Amino acid sequence: MSPFAILLLRDTKLAARSGGSAALALSFFALVATLVPLGIGPDLRLLARVAGGVLWVGAVLSALLSLDRLFQGDFEDGSLDLIALSPLPLELTSLAKIAAHWLSTGLPLTLLSPLLALLFNLPGPATGFLFVSLLIGTPAVSAIGAIGASLTLSLKRGGLILPLIILPLLSPVVIFGAGAVSATLDGLDGTGALELLAAFSFAAVLLSPFAAAASVRLNLGS
Amino acid sequence: MQFLFRYANPHNFMRLSGAVLPFFALATVLCLAAGLYLGFSVPPDYQQGTTIALLFIHVPADVVAEAAYGAIALCSLLSLVWRHPLSDTAARAAAPFGALFTALGLITGALWGKPMWGTYWVWDARLTSFLLLLFLYLGYMALWNAIEDETRAARAAAILALVGVVNIPIIKFSVDWWSTLHQGESIISGKIAPVYLWPLLLMMTGYMLLFATLWLIRIRTAIMERRARNLMQGGPA
Repeated sequence: MSPFAILLLRDTKLAARSGGSAALALSFFALVATLVPLGIGPDLRLLARVAGGVLWVGAVLSALLSLDRLFQGDFEDGSLDLIALSPLPLELTSLAKIAAHWLSTGLPLTLLSPLLALLFNLPGPATGFLFVSLLIGTPAVSAIGAIGASLTLSLKRGGLILPLIILPLLSPVVIFGAGAVSATLDGLDGTGALELLAAFSFAAVLLSPFAAAASVRLNLGS
Repeated sequence: MQFLFRYANPHNFMRLSGAVLPFFALATVLCLAAGLYLGFSVPPDYQQGTTIALLFIHVPADVVAEAAYGAIALCSLLSLVWRHPLSDTAARAAAPFGALFTALGLITGALWGKPMWGTYWVWDARLTSFLLLLFLYLGYMALWNAIEDETRAARAAAILALVGVVNIPIIKFSVDWWSTLHQGESIISGKIAPVYLWPLLLMMTGYMLLFATLWLIRIRTAIMERRARNLMQGGPA
């Protein structure tokens, strides 16, 4: 097995077994989706109208929950030093961690979204767009989140400052993702927004590992 | 580059900046005084009436808010590539002013929006992207403050600033795509009447000079602070 695959497998297993970050993110996501109707009332037409935006914001926030531990755990117990010494470049290490984070949060959130969309009375085609937009948009959340996680990895309270750093950078994802859903609701074609989202996501996944690797390097002091 | 490196030495920088600072301050006062006088004596606009005067306070603030981010980004690049501690100090010193001018732009914009658009705030593209810019500044400053080791904080903040530079055009584009109400630019395309253009240009120069003056003072203060700390620890000044 290649070092990349080993690291990916290890991080996915760690996420699944220690505390179950996927289960945590999913319950948080479902809870946010439950609180919104309590806040704005049970009018199904209104809920269908806001579903795309609410579920997108909820998904981004849920993915944030486990993000601060992306590098921190390995940093604290010293395994990040060993990983840095391995032949795998830190850029690919970051990419493996991004992929592991997506597999343990972004993907489960996407799979849960049609069920929550049903509770929001979102019509079928719009639900399809929500599902696809989450599928191609959440990798960008993990990727840009990894930059924030690596910048704050040495901080005890990194989880507090992390959202402040990366949420503004994530605004395009929310705009295009929720935009695809609301365009479909208005009878317009949502594929334009999906294409822009795919472009953003692709660029984020491609470029973020470099920024994340640079900040891991500076935190390891090498 | 050679010129830049000479003044990256704190000693040379202190000498040069100390010499030019009074002139910067004087030019700031002159430009702002002339700009404000002209700005408040312009004839009322046929649509906006006397609220046109807010233009001279609002637009320059937004220009400086963006320019300050550019300054931070440039300093961050210099710091990451050539490791000049002075550019870290400069980047850190510029951030609060960037945030301040962004906030000023948002507040004056809201005051202008109430009589003109009938509301203090609309979720329009330009307004929203400036609000996001304010959060970018706040995040940048928070990162600086959170990391104790100064060298690490500097490099982390520099990486964040450069990530922001790549992202800002995308944020701007996506927000534009999302909604638009704010009027387009009218200076470069020559759509603005000359009677309004001159005070505006004066005010822009004044704001830029104000930023430059305050920035220089803050960098100088940071350098002196470090010298004082070194002296207290018994090291060289």
